[in-house]
Amino acid sequence: MLLQRFLIRLLTMLVTLFGVAVVVFVVIRVAPGDPIAMMLPPGATDADIARLRALYGLDKTIVQQFFIWLSGVVRGDFGTSISLRQDVLGLVFNRLPATLELAIVALVMAVAMGGTTAILGARERGTAVEAGIDIASGAALSIPDFLWGLVLILLFGVLVPIFDISGRVSPQLDLPFVTQFYLAESILRLRFDLTWDLLKHMLMPAVALALPLAAIISQLLKQSLKEVLDLDYVVLARVKGFSETQVILREALKNAALPTLTLIGVQFTFLIGGTVIVERLFSYEGLGNMAIDAVINRDLPLIQGIVLVFALLFVLINLTVDMMYALLNPRLRHG
Amino acid sequence: MDEARAPRRGVSPRLWLAGGWLLLALLAAIFAPLVAPQDPLAQDLMLERLPPFWMSGAEPGYWLGTDSLGRDLLSRLIFGGRIAFVVAFAAAIAACVVGSTLGLISGYFGGWADRIISRIVDVWMAFPPVLFAILLVAVLGTGLSSVIIAIAVIDWTRFCRVIRAETMGQSRMDYVENARIAGYGRIGIMLREVLPNVVPSIVALLSLEMGIAVIVEAILSFVNLSISTDDPTWGGIIAEGRLSIHQAWWVLVFPLITLILTVLSFSQFGEALKTRFDPVLR
Repeated sequence: MLLQRFLIRLLTMLVTLFGVAVVVFVVIRVAPGDPIAMMLPPGATDADIARLRALYGLDKTIVQQFFIWLSGVVRGDFGTSISLRQDVLGLVFNRLPATLELAIVALVMAVAMGGTTAILGARERGTAVEAGIDIASGAALSIPDFLWGLVLILLFGVLVPIFDISGRVSPQLDLPFVTQFYLAESILRLRFDLTWDLLKHMLMPAVALALPLAAIISQLLKQSLKEVLDLDYVVLARVKGFSETQVILREALKNAALPTLTLIGVQFTFLIGGTVIVERLFSYEGLGNMAIDAVINRDLPLIQGIVLVFALLFVLINLTVDMMYALLNPRLRHG
Repeated sequence: MDEARAPRRGVSPRLWLAGGWLLLALLAAIFAPLVAPQDPLAQDLMLERLPPFWMSGAEPGYWLGTDSLGRDLLSRLIFGGRIAFVVAFAAAIAACVVGSTLGLISGYFGGWADRIISRIVDVWMAFPPVLFAILLVAVLGTGLSSVIIAIAVIDWTRFCRVIRAETMGQSRMDYVENARIAGYGRIGIMLREVLPNVVPSIVALLSLEMGIAVIVEAILSFVNLSISTDDPTWGGIIAEGRLSIHQAWWVLVFPLITLILTVLSFSQFGEALKTRFDPVLR
């Protein structure tokens, strides 16, 4: 049953990725504007254009071009970046860890902030504390990550300059890292001075990304908790003499968490989508920042590669959440 | 419905505040040439980085100060509102028409139509939206219509998903069955019976989407891909403010406040309208 569900989801995922590949390809090739003209500097001769067309296979039909490109992608050949003159896949994998670390730190912060306020709000239900939490989460949700990023730059970059608002790590530092997972590696190497420097750069963009998600988690989890808190077994625990906080943490939370868990999956993909502009805002050297440069430089192979990697990340997250939900939900597990 | 949840009669204060701000900003944008104290494009290096009116060194007539080229910030914000509102209305309506139509078809007819539309939505959801928008504008070429098309192309799924789910719920209701027994055609039922019941959601989403469109336009002009660089846009002013943040904080603060108020107002307005139009809640 689970295996069957997994296989169906896997197949759907492949169809989705194929769809993404088609859309990116078509958008870039069919839309007005010659891709070759985009690649060449102004003033290129007709001969130059013809030579490049043949080189990139653009003299073939669009369907042929698509399958030539796709067969390369399947073999791991995403082509060569035009602006950086390097292998696209290598460039993408070089930048992806920075984005993943940022997104995961943001996710952890969102769960921590959202979870704490949800538990607090459920415990203090019906009071001014809950009303305050509702107002704060309403504001956090309505204001998008781009604007939160700017607010944080003003508050903690200018007004009270305690965090770095630009880059991933202080440029003067000597980095001993062999992978691009700087944060994870700094912890593993026990170089906590570097961990702190990395976190000082990462905190502001991570908070900007985390706030809207924290608000969603807070609202949904609080709602689920309040529903569970009226059930018999929770009342029984209260009668047994547990405090309200103990009741929530020991009894209510595990039964109220499932809907939130599913939601976090979908919302995490939105958060990753947000890294594109937030990285730009904070000059953070991740995949999103490189993507914007690629678009501005009209670097078609690089854009295609980055978009596909983002799409792969999104469908993998959805697949994971779906499977986790199936494993954790007793009705589906035994169904 | 219990007493505590019963909606208030009349217009809520948050609808007044939200509507008031939007009306003010909209009127200022429409009558920009009459309202703006200065020419938004006029540069004057003698007047560069003037602070806002309450600070020492401010010049009369330059209420919110000037940027690094001596251009009046308030006038640029007012003129930037023109582009923001045109994009908000045009892009949101386009996304709404496409998304709601597909959502209605998908939810009401089900079957193959639903499967194909849902698959397309899945593909769309696998794109990082901001990157998709930037890519589309880069491909279409900068300009007002490109920005509007890009936002509509990306955000129709928002309407499609919600309206599909709502339509599916409505289609199972007795009144739809009754209409079918009464002999109405399927398209007739969809348009005359189901559509009016999903309108509150459409209106709420439309208002929310206008706020989102304003943000996306600001993001696009922030990365310098929106309208021509001469015309003032809120995102363009923010990009400038980000650069001169340590010399002239006001160039970032005022467009930021403008954007936050506008986005909050659109979302509050949508929520309030939904409560007002929803026959069940009313």
